[in-house]
Amino acid sequence: MEKKVLLGNEAIARGAYEAGCHVATAYPGTPSTEILETIARDYRDIKSQWSPNEKVALEVAAGASVAGGRALAAMKHVGLNVAADPLFTFSYTGVNGGFVIINADDPSAWSSQNEQDNRHLARAAKVPMLEPSSPQECKDFTKLAFELSEQFDRPVIVRITTRIAHSQGIVEILPKDNVPVKPFVRNFQKYVMLPVHARPRHVFIEEQHKKLKDYSNMSSLNRIEWGGKKRGIITDSVAYQYVKEVCPDDSVLKIGMVWPMPDEKIREFAAGVEKLCVVEELDPFIEDYVKALGIPCTGKDIIPICFELTPEIVDQALNGKAHPGKYPKYDTSPIPPRPPALCKGCPHGFVFTVLGKLDLNVNGDIGCYTLAALPPYSAMHTQGCMGAGIGMHLGMEKAHGPEMARKSVAVIGDSTFIHSGITPLIDLVYNKGTGTVIILDNRGTAMTGHQEHPATGHTLMGEETHALDLEMLVKACGVKRVVVTDPKNMDEFERIVREEVAAPEPSVIISLRKCILMK
Amino acid sequence: MKNVIFAGVGGQGVILASKVLMEVAMNAGYDVKESEVHGMAQRGGSVDCNVRYGDRVFSPLIPKEEADFIVSLELLEVMRKLEYLAPDGKLIVNREKVDPAPVQTGAMQYPSDLEEWVGKNVKNAIFVDTDPILKEVGTRKALNIVMLGILSRDLEFTEAQWEAAIKSLVKEKFVEMNLKAFKMGRDYK
Repeated sequence: MEKKVLLGNEAIARGAYEAGCHVATAYPGTPSTEILETIARDYRDIKSQWSPNEKVALEVAAGASVAGGRALAAMKHVGLNVAADPLFTFSYTGVNGGFVIINADDPSAWSSQNEQDNRHLARAAKVPMLEPSSPQECKDFTKLAFELSEQFDRPVIVRITTRIAHSQGIVEILPKDNVPVKPFVRNFQKYVMLPVHARPRHVFIEEQHKKLKDYSNMSSLNRIEWGGKKRGIITDSVAYQYVKEVCPDDSVLKIGMVWPMPDEKIREFAAGVEKLCVVEELDPFIEDYVKALGIPCTGKDIIPICFELTPEIVDQALNGKAHPGKYPKYDTSPIPPRPPALCKGCPHGFVFTVLGKLDLNVNGDIGCYTLAALPPYSAMHTQGCMGAGIGMHLGMEKAHGPEMARKSVAVIGDSTFIHSGITPLIDLVYNKGTGTVIILDNRGTAMTGHQEHPATGHTLMGEETHALDLEMLVKACGVKRVVVTDPKNMDEFERIVREEVAAPEPSVIISLRKCILMK
Repeated sequence: MKNVIFAGVGGQGVILASKVLMEVAMNAGYDVKESEVHGMAQRGGSVDCNVRYGDRVFSPLIPKEEADFIVSLELLEVMRKLEYLAPDGKLIVNREKVDPAPVQTGAMQYPSDLEEWVGKNVKNAIFVDTDPILKEVGTRKALNIVMLGILSRDLEFTEAQWEAAIKSLVKEKFVEMNLKAFKMGRDYK
């Protein structure tokens, strides 16, 4: 059998291909981006696309599924917040063709604004969730997720974490299953979620949940590996690998399907060991569940709740073995850090030099430019999620009055503006805000590696397409003062910012300059 | 099991070096795992890859005190990883310095005694002048493969195995250059 070394994300792409997936969608976001990039590069018979945001990505995939195709939507953990609205209701409608959502959590927030644990979302949305612990499982579980989705009429989430997404390992390569696109069958009681339809669908998915629980109990996704009976460890995702490394003699219950949980298997396992311990990253999701079954166990009392785990952390917590490092520490002088920083010649650098000089309150957003909050610029004062800066900018003006808008701006990237900046801009105009929004248009989704977006004129698969005109769009939102300018001329840029911020009506400055790293 | 950490700064080709090692190890019949860093952390930051191979590899991360080799493509980057070195592990360090931002701005000094300190405190370390080699290869981009060539002398795989892996992972027009870089690393005195 052919074997390849693949990244977790590449293995998911391979799994989608082997499962005969027809449509794949995403909005880029670390650590999930390479899934769609791999599909577009290597598996071109899958129709793949960047969507403007994760909500749209999930909806396009849902449409493909309802129409009878196998569909995949991939996103980072905070992306699933954006897509939570359709997720919770497509959980009710169910599927036609298999519908798989890849969710990439980021413990330690390596490249994110928080480290939320999206296992909670599977439970809240009543959607089954699988958790691979290696690249091989990334491929296998993705394929299986399509099967389960069709078998149980549910969307299925595959949850990975940064360490799964960005680890490589050996994967067995199999041929593609040629799965035909099923016909679309109209069924408005299933696909139109009027209250009168939603109620029986809720009953239906609770019944499916019971069947899935039986499956979870039977399936080898949740696997007992008996070892010594003194201690048993329940674990999932990459934590399983750390447990196997540092506790080779203990019994292990490996959770590969984390929702619904396998109650019977947990009971059987707990009964077979003297002491029970749960090792999981982030929240005590499994631990709380086990305790709710009335089974005592240790968990977050010894395993940290914050940041990702490592083999050393698990070894210290379970075996009391410290890993201080055998060599003496170099301490003659401090080792200078390499904090992430804007590149030399980055267009954002010009913008934030000016904003810093004018000492404006800057409501920021998600992208490379968030680094402008740090020295040497220190010119960003709020930032939460994509699109938030514009709404917050309006809220500040509402709290303090128009004079607040005379000393503040909102900044947002081109891709991010399309992702979720348009509706708050409409709000700013509609609710009579007078603030200035600067769109940092560097012609691509730079932070995640220059992916195309609706204003670049190209699709993920490399086709030419209509390029969204941001200037026209902003004007259509009702903004009358719109300036397009290159921030490299900082004197001119400063003059424009002063003028627009002073003007007592909404304005948008499109700061147009290509990312320095783009060819 | 063998554990190798490749360290460097973004853009030096740390990930390709680990990919070649993984390919060689897989083709030799070993289980292989690796862990790497993407995204915001990459923007001008320190980058490292953990590569592990053996009969069965669980964790993709190498625990502290268990790295058999730390191959550093930049001088001070090796210091960030020192706690991972096994007591009998070996450092292979490129002498080249890439100034971190705080050094560029003058806020901090690039430590001047690193090599001397390592010489006194680490049993097994070599420092490499890659500059003349890279001049002869004709491109600085081959740094990662030169360092891999130096590492290869301490690993069990044959030259032919390494060459096959390089050929399978590098774009055709760069194969010859990389094979030369590898050979020069392997023959480094």
